[in-house]
Amino acid sequence: MPMIAALIAIAGVIAAAFGLTFAGHAGQVILGIVVPYAAFAFFLAGFVLKVLGWMNVPVPFRIPTTCGQQESLPWIKQSKIEAPSGTPGVVARMLLEVLFFRSLLRNTKSQAMDVNGPRLAYQTEIFLWLAGLAFHYTFLVVFLRHFRLFVGKVPFFVPPIEALDGWFQITLPTFYMTGGILVLAAGYLFIRRIINPQVKYISLAADYFPLLLILSIAITGILLRYVLKTDVVATKAFLTSLFAFSPKLPENPDDISYMVFVHMFLVSTLVAYFPASKLMHMGGVFLSPTRNLANNSRRVRHINPWNDPNIKPHSYEDYENDFRKAMKGAGLPLEKDED
Amino acid sequence: MAKTPTAKELFDSLTKKPNLMRGDIPEKPWMETPVHFEKGNYAYPGKAKILEELKFPNPRDWNPEDDDWLLPNNWEEIILTGFRERLKKFRSLQVFMDICVRCGACADKCHFFIGSGDPKNMPVLRAELMRSVYRGEFKTAGKILGSIAGGRKMTFGVLKEWFMYFYQCTECRRCSVFCPYGIDTAEITMMGRELLQLLGVNINWMMEPVRNCNRTGNHLGLQPHAFKGSIESLCDDIETITGKTIEVPFNKKGAEILFITPSADAFAMPGIYTMMGYILLFEHIGLDYTMSTYASEGGNFGLFTNNEMMKKLNAKMYAEAKRLGVKWILGGECGHMWRVIHQYMDTMNGPADFLEVPKSPVTGTVFENARSTKMVHIAEFTADLIKNNKLKLDPRRNNNFHVTWHDSCNTARGMGLLEEPRYVLKNVVNNFHEMPENAIREQTFCCGSGTALNTDEIMSIRMQGGMPRANAVKYVADKHGVNTLSCVCAIDRATLSVLMNYWVPGVQVSGLHELVGNALIMDGEKERETDLREEPLPDEVLPKKEEPAAKEGDENAEGGEG
Repeated sequence: MPMIAALIAIAGVIAAAFGLTFAGHAGQVILGIVVPYAAFAFFLAGFVLKVLGWMNVPVPFRIPTTCGQQESLPWIKQSKIEAPSGTPGVVARMLLEVLFFRSLLRNTKSQAMDVNGPRLAYQTEIFLWLAGLAFHYTFLVVFLRHFRLFVGKVPFFVPPIEALDGWFQITLPTFYMTGGILVLAAGYLFIRRIINPQVKYISLAADYFPLLLILSIAITGILLRYVLKTDVVATKAFLTSLFAFSPKLPENPDDISYMVFVHMFLVSTLVAYFPASKLMHMGGVFLSPTRNLANNSRRVRHINPWNDPNIKPHSYEDYENDFRKAMKGAGLPLEKDED
Repeated sequence: MAKTPTAKELFDSLTKKPNLMRGDIPEKPWMETPVHFEKGNYAYPGKAKILEELKFPNPRDWNPEDDDWLLPNNWEEIILTGFRERLKKFRSLQVFMDICVRCGACADKCHFFIGSGDPKNMPVLRAELMRSVYRGEFKTAGKILGSIAGGRKMTFGVLKEWFMYFYQCTECRRCSVFCPYGIDTAEITMMGRELLQLLGVNINWMMEPVRNCNRTGNHLGLQPHAFKGSIESLCDDIETITGKTIEVPFNKKGAEILFITPSADAFAMPGIYTMMGYILLFEHIGLDYTMSTYASEGGNFGLFTNNEMMKKLNAKMYAEAKRLGVKWILGGECGHMWRVIHQYMDTMNGPADFLEVPKSPVTGTVFENARSTKMVHIAEFTADLIKNNKLKLDPRRNNNFHVTWHDSCNTARGMGLLEEPRYVLKNVVNNFHEMPENAIREQTFCCGSGTALNTDEIMSIRMQGGMPRANAVKYVADKHGVNTLSCVCAIDRATLSVLMNYWVPGVQVSGLHELVGNALIMDGEKERETDLREEPLPDEVLPKKEEPAAKEGDENAEGGEG
C-alpha cells in the first residue's frame, strides 16, 4: 500500500510536469519560474523554521551514547572520539558521523540458526553504508556541477569536479560517473526497501516517494545530457537569469527542451517537500543529543532550564520519625532521641 | 502465572515458526495488527494503594486483559497534552520524532527483536508506535491523509500497544549505537512510559520498589534494623571464611566517604557475595566510610517511571551526604544506578558544593572525571588501588572460575565504563575470556530484564530478550570452558543467573568485587579454605594437610607452593 501511494504520487508529479509543458509559454512560466521560486521560498522558510524550532527545545539532560572508553583515570586510554569528553572530540565525532556515516558503518545482520542447538550469527552488513554514502556524495557532486549553468562565470570548483567526474572520458558529451552512481545507489536503496523484509514492513509512502523523486530527477537529467540534448547556451542564459532573480525565458520557446522544465519541476517538488519530510535528517543529525554532547557530565554540571527545585526527597527527618524505635533498637545513631 | 516454555521450545518458535526475524513478512500491516494481552505477556499493573501513596495519577486496580482499563474520561486529551508538553521539554523527543528515515539499521540490533521476531520490537517500529500518533494528531499531512502519511489517531488500541511494547524495551540504547542519527529508543520508551503514567498505566514491579525506596530507602522495603542486620550477617559469614571480625559503620557522621550500592547486594544472591567483597576491600585499605540506612539504595526505579520520580529518589544521596558531612560519595556496582549518577544526578540535584572533589585517601588520586558530581564508581576506585599496588591479591584463589565479562548496558553506553572493570578483573582472576566483539563493550547485549522487567510473570519474554546475551556466553562456554559470567550490575546479577540456568546451565554469575574479595589477602586472616560462596578453594591455594598416606600428587602440590 505505501509503495502504491508513493507511485501514484510520483506519477502525479511527473504527469503534472509533462502536462504543463504542453501549455506553451504559460507552462514554461509556471514550470520554470513560478514553481521554482515558490519551492525555494518554501524550502528556505521551512528549513529555517524547523531548525529554529528544534533549537528552541531545551536539552534537559546530557545523554551522549558512549561508544568507547570514558575519560577516567589518566592511565586508562580514553576513546576520545567515540566517548568524547570535550569539544574537539565532539567535533571529530560529529564530522565522522556527518561525513562518513560512522554509526551506519557498524551495521551487522543477525540471524537465528539451529546448529547443534540454538545459535545466533552476526555478519557485517556494509551495503547500506556504501549505498548511503555513494548516494549522498554523488548527489552533492551532481548538484555542484550544475553551478556551471547557474552563474555566468563558471565557479572555480566546477572544472576540477568535472574533470574527475569525467575521468573515463567515454561517450560524448563526456560521461559523468556520478550521475550513473547516483541512479545505482538510489536504485539500490529503493530495491532494498522492497526486498529486505524488515525494511519493507516499516516503509511508509514517505520513504519510497523521495527515492522515486530523486531517481526521476537523475534520470531526466541524464536523458537531457546524453539523449535529448537541449540548447545549452539558451538553457544557461535562462537559468542564470533565474538565479539572478530576473528571469527571462527565450523568445523562441522551443530553444529549451521541454525536458528541462520537467526536470526543474521535479527538483522544485523535492525542494518544497524537503522541510516537511524525513529529509530534514540533514539538519537534525547535527542536533541529536546522543551524538553532539560531550561525555563529561560528572566533571561539568549540565544545566536543565526547567529543573524543578521543589522536588525534594522523602526527608531523613520523616524517615527517622517513621523508624526511630527500630533504629534505636538496632543501635543506629539518631538525630533526635525522644525516649 | 503462565507456564514458561523450555529453551528448546522458545528457540524453535524463532527458527521454525514464521516471524520477521526469519524474514517472513506478516500478512497485515502493523497498524492493523492489534495487541492481545494474556497471562505471560504482561507484567502485573501497579497496585492502587501504592499509586495512592506515591500520589501518582489514577490509582485503581485494573487488568490489562480487560476491555476497560478504567481510564479517565478525557484520557486521549491527557495523553496528547502530555505529548505536546514533552515535545517542548526534550529536544531528543522532538528531533527523534522528526528525522528517522526508517533505514532499518536498528531493526535487528534489539535483543527483544532478535529473541522474538516480533516486528514491534524493532526499535524503529517501537518508535513508530509513537511517531505515528505524532503525525496523525499534530501534523497536517498526517491529519488529512491518515495512514497513507503514516499517521493515526490516539486510540485505545494504540494505548494498549504502547503499554505492551514500552514494557518490552529495557532502555539499553544498543539501537542508538547503530543509528546514523543516534536516535535513542530509550528516550522514546522513557517518554512513552511517562505518558502512560499520566493515566495510571504502569507495572507493579516498578511502582512497588519506587514506593519502598521512597519510604524505607531501598527497593525491598528493608527497614533500617533489617538492612543493618542483613549486612551484619554477611559480616558473620566473612568471619567464618576469613576469621576476620569486621564491623560496618552505619549512618556515621563525619566519615570521609559515603558508600551507596544497590540494596540487592545486601540481601539477594548472588549480590551478597559482592557486598562481602566491598566490606573486605574497605577493611583491607582501612577506609573511613559509612553506609546509610536512609540512602540504602543505589538503584533508581524512578528512572523507569518519570523524570520527577527519578529526581526525588536520587535526591536522597546528596541529602544524606550533606547530613552526614562526608567528603564524597563512592558508588557500588550497578548499571542503571550509574546512568542516573553519571548523566542525570548533578543536573537534577546538584550542585554538590558541600562535598569535596573525590580523592582516594589511599593513593591520593584525584578523580577529576567526577569533579562536579563528586561520586566515583567503585570499579574506578579499585582500579586505581590496584594500579598503585595498594592491594595484596592472590588471583589463584579464583582459579576455579573461567570468567567472561558482561558489560552492563548503562555503564557501557551511558557512561563508557569499559576498561576499569576489565583491569580489576584481570588482576584478580587468571582465566579471562572475552565474548565476541559484537556482544561486548558498546555493542553489549542486555540481560533482557532491565527497567523493572525483572519480574517472573513475564519470564518467557525475559528469556527471549536475554537470548542474544546468553548465546554469546554459550559461545565462550563451549570454546573456552567459561563457567562464570561477571558483571557490574545488580539487576544483571539477579536476572543473568536465571538466564544462564535457562540457556547456558552451568554458568554462574558473579559481581566484580566478589572476585576481588576472594583474591584479597587480608592482614591477620586465617588460611582460607573456601571462597565467599563457601565453596572449596582450588587445590593450589588450599592449606596443605599433613596426610599420613601420601599420594603421588603430593610432590607436585609442594612444587606449586608460593
